[in-house]
Amino acid sequence: MNQADSLPLLGAGRAISRRLIPDLALDNFQQVILDAVRTGRRVASLFGSLEAPDRLRLYVVLADDTQSILRVASTLAGRHYPSLTPRCPQVHLFEREIAEQCGLDIVGHPWLKPLRFHPPLFPSGRPGNDRVAPPGVMDFYQVRGEEVHEVAVGPVHAGVIEPGHFRFQCHGEVVFHLEMALGYQHRGVEQALLGGPNHRTIHYAETLAGDTTIGHATAYCQVLEALARKQKSPRAQSIRGIALELERLANHVGDLGALSGDVGFLPTASYCGRLRGEFLNMTAALCGSRFGRGLIRPGGVRFDPATCTVNDLLAKLDICGRQTRQAVELLWNSSSVMARFEGIGPVTRRAVVELGMVGPVARACGLTRDARQDHPSGLFRFIHIPVSSWDGGDVFARAYVRWLEIQRSLDFVRTQLRSLPPGTISSPVGNLAPDHLAVALVEGWRGEICHLALTDAAGRFERYKVVDPSFHNWMGLALAMRGGQISDFPLCNKSFSLSYCGHDL
Amino acid sequence: MFDIVKARFQQGHQTMAYPDGAPPALAPHFRARPVFDAARCPDSCDLCAQACPTRAITIAAGRIELDLGRCLFCVDCAEACPTGAIQYSRDYRLAVRRRADLLVGPDGEPALAAALDDKLRKLLGRSLKLRVVSAGGCNACEADVNVLTTIGWDLGRFGIDFVASPRHADGLLITGPVTRNMKSALVQTYDAVPGPKIVIAIGACAISGGPYRDHPQVHHGADSIVPVDLFVPGCPPHPLTILDGLLRLIGRIDGRRNPDPSRSPAAGVNREKIDVPSDER
Repeated sequence: MNQADSLPLLGAGRAISRRLIPDLALDNFQQVILDAVRTGRRVASLFGSLEAPDRLRLYVVLADDTQSILRVASTLAGRHYPSLTPRCPQVHLFEREIAEQCGLDIVGHPWLKPLRFHPPLFPSGRPGNDRVAPPGVMDFYQVRGEEVHEVAVGPVHAGVIEPGHFRFQCHGEVVFHLEMALGYQHRGVEQALLGGPNHRTIHYAETLAGDTTIGHATAYCQVLEALARKQKSPRAQSIRGIALELERLANHVGDLGALSGDVGFLPTASYCGRLRGEFLNMTAALCGSRFGRGLIRPGGVRFDPATCTVNDLLAKLDICGRQTRQAVELLWNSSSVMARFEGIGPVTRRAVVELGMVGPVARACGLTRDARQDHPSGLFRFIHIPVSSWDGGDVFARAYVRWLEIQRSLDFVRTQLRSLPPGTISSPVGNLAPDHLAVALVEGWRGEICHLALTDAAGRFERYKVVDPSFHNWMGLALAMRGGQISDFPLCNKSFSLSYCGHDL
Repeated sequence: MFDIVKARFQQGHQTMAYPDGAPPALAPHFRARPVFDAARCPDSCDLCAQACPTRAITIAAGRIELDLGRCLFCVDCAEACPTGAIQYSRDYRLAVRRRADLLVGPDGEPALAAALDDKLRKLLGRSLKLRVVSAGGCNACEADVNVLTTIGWDLGRFGIDFVASPRHADGLLITGPVTRNMKSALVQTYDAVPGPKIVIAIGACAISGGPYRDHPQVHHGADSIVPVDLFVPGCPPHPLTILDGLLRLIGRIDGRRNPDPSRSPAAGVNREKIDVPSDER
């Protein structure tokens, strides 16, 4: 009997009373996680919350993708917490995060280093645990030996890119290992969310990762709507679904262009660079902002597209869809591009499963992991997008999965625009249920976005936890670089296209 | 090879005519410079100020003032206003040279960015090389700065380029509120740029801290760390707003001779009068 099966069930986009969340003994809590992961479930979230001064509680959300269910459990954290990472690698960053945010002594973690270089969210009061290192100053993994050298890059990069520090252990051109030090984008969003919601909360959601404004804002609104037991109108659901896929289209098309640029193939780089802007302009046609700012609001959406806007969008989708196909197919038909894509930066399916990677990175290893299918919410409960996957796990597979998804999303947006249901687009959200926990899972263009709120007795956020898909995937980039050429780093990096701000929060 | 040539032919010439021709069309709900109708403000009403997520609006002695440097252009204020006294116009020209010029009220002409002084422009010649420092924020400003380098906007045709080293740069383009974790990197990058140097702050975060203002983890924007020469408001600013600011800074567009697009009938698609040296036409 798997212990995880006895935990209470929870659907994505649903809330549960905190009284129903089991309070397990620490070893029991850890065994549940181990059993669940061993039987194919994933850790969607694992975090600490201060429920009273000196009472830190750990929560875990386990995702069962085949059954479309989530399970939650909690445990009261003592002073020490034996690390699960050696037995369950996918919690490695979660545990580093808990150590940094809550000042908990995590014993036996192989790489217990700072994650974002900030003072704790819930100070433990023990000076040793609450110390903050300057950004990027940590005990990097090092390889020693003749001719082994270290390459340090960042935080300021050569292009228009977010800040992060990369440390390569190299032998000649070959990379033994890459380690990242992030946290330069840390702006204290989770701390600012405590005690919410308030006037700023939706703006935090929209700027967790600016290129994923729709994805994160949708997840936030689903959490709020779950806590208020609020039904959205079908029209609002459709507009949200369309906006989510337009966001995916813009970013995937942009990434294929950037990948093309990184191998020096300028035709596709130029065309896709422009076409990305066309897809952003389609989002702007819905709401005035190229990134979808102001569109997704608790209770529905803020803007209702007029019939002429819908017709314009359909016409533009046809033109841009055709131009995108032409631009992208040049990649697959150019041997000079394929020679640089195939076999570069591979990650194994096993590593993806063990580390719990998500999104196109996971689907490029043959997995069919996609929250739109596995944990459908909103429009995706009624309309299904076929999951696109490819195998190989290399740069080519990550690029090709994007192209497959572009085609599916184009079809989806067209169909939805043609059959927009009538009705209102928004209605007010009432009070949030006190002492509840709500989870939302949204498949953003990078992968699964997990938002979770715990409300206190007054219905305010006692804790709001955000897991951006990049949080699961950064380690994948390190693995993809092992044994590769350091000059392939920009290409590998782009093929993952991870968010720094979404990780740093 | 044939497919590549065919694609080149079919994709066509995509660089926009702006600034010599019309600017690109803007979306129906596009929101830029706010305009106030003070006559509609009910006495002692401050609903807009209360609704603003970044406290950009202040009402003193019955006069409303909005700080464009803090504004997220989210229209929470316009929605809260019972009388429709606040509207967001389509006037995308928002960049200014002085922080104080971002405070806008119901009266007065909107300030537009002036060009750099003649001496500096002569020194720069016909090129402006910028080093981008992303210092917090959400990556949306970076994305719409990056868009300027695509073929549609083709920033390179104005001699403006983003370079890989501060040593090669004439100045910095900064996004983000400047997190505590990025302060030292920003200062070091600034110091590495040879003088005289200019600094451009893009977006609400880089001007005021944006939605993260008053968080202990961030500073209050770029000018709390280094002197700033051009402020481009927005969250994020539209690429057209950024380009307009850059072109004004290098003197390619002259503010005084520019019609106000928000007051012309075909808002957003009207032609701008441009001050272009004859050899560049």
